[in-house]
Amino acid sequence: MKMARAILGEKIGMTQIFEGDVVIPVTVIKAGPCVVTQVKNVEKDGYEAVQLGYGDVKPERVNKPMTGHFKKADCPSKKFLAEVPLDPSAYKPGQQVKADIFSEGDRADITGISKGKGFAGVVKRWGFRGGPASHGSTFHRAPGSVGQCATPSRVFKGKKLPGRMGGNRVTVRNLEIVRVDKGKDLILVKGAVPGPRGSLLIIRESNKKVKSGER
Amino acid sequence: MNEIDIIEREQLRSDIPEFAPGDTVKVTIEIKETSGTGEKKTVRTRTQSFQGLVIRRRGSGARETFTVRKVSFGVGVERTFPLHSPIIKDIKVVSEGQVRRAKLYYIRDKVGKAARVKKKKQT
Repeated sequence: MKMARAILGEKIGMTQIFEGDVVIPVTVIKAGPCVVTQVKNVEKDGYEAVQLGYGDVKPERVNKPMTGHFKKADCPSKKFLAEVPLDPSAYKPGQQVKADIFSEGDRADITGISKGKGFAGVVKRWGFRGGPASHGSTFHRAPGSVGQCATPSRVFKGKKLPGRMGGNRVTVRNLEIVRVDKGKDLILVKGAVPGPRGSLLIIRESNKKVKSGER
Repeated sequence: MNEIDIIEREQLRSDIPEFAPGDTVKVTIEIKETSGTGEKKTVRTRTQSFQGLVIRRRGSGARETFTVRKVSFGVGVERTFPLHSPIIKDIKVVSEGQVRRAKLYYIRDKVGKAARVKKKKQT
């Protein structure tokens, strides 16, 4: 099934708004205007997708192959490019995509790169419980045993251990779109989205069914 | 000015009086009560007021909140309100107090006469 709508954007930050008498936490996203830089189809590329570009960049900052790529689509040079599995028949290179493709009450899946946490221990990275802080305990945040003895005499693959955390591609699904500001190209989404402020986000229409009882 | 400031500025209310920790205020709030479900569902609004001492104001812009403390039937009750919330119908400053700090948490440990705040001198 092809997604009907998608757009690229930038995380601005979080705030809260009053809706009726309740306060709801929102993330402000600058979504678009995006431009279609390439349309991929089965005959030529083997699969169907639409490449979107977001954010202006000076033409002299772009290398030669990319300059040619933008020229082909007849669009100004863009900072970020991302491919989304949209129906290629509805899009032409050079076409604009704006925030008004979404409206209030829609559900969206939002993809971004999570904040890097550096080298993290097992308590932070995997939620291990750790040991007692005091009462003579010397076991605080260590991972403990990582396996058995002579059999299997190795540590199993995928064992949860300390290491680099964050900086991964993360998708938060089924977020409610609370408000769309067409003039300023802003989308307000209920809840948090991955990544630091100013990072690239891919906002796609959610294909997850809304549970009954949920609004 | 960035986009977040603009969004927050739209939510600000201009009808909020000036008040500070140490002041006694009367906050009138609107409460929505729903009863029944489906077609029988009725929404009734009633007002309730909460009078007490402002012991803290925190945050800025649309996110600012304040806490009011009163002693009700010998039990201390504190309520925190978002300053710009639409449920607040009215805030009335009953009296102004003279205090030397911004957060009056020490009041929680005081009983009776010691739990009072000096009245501000009229200027």
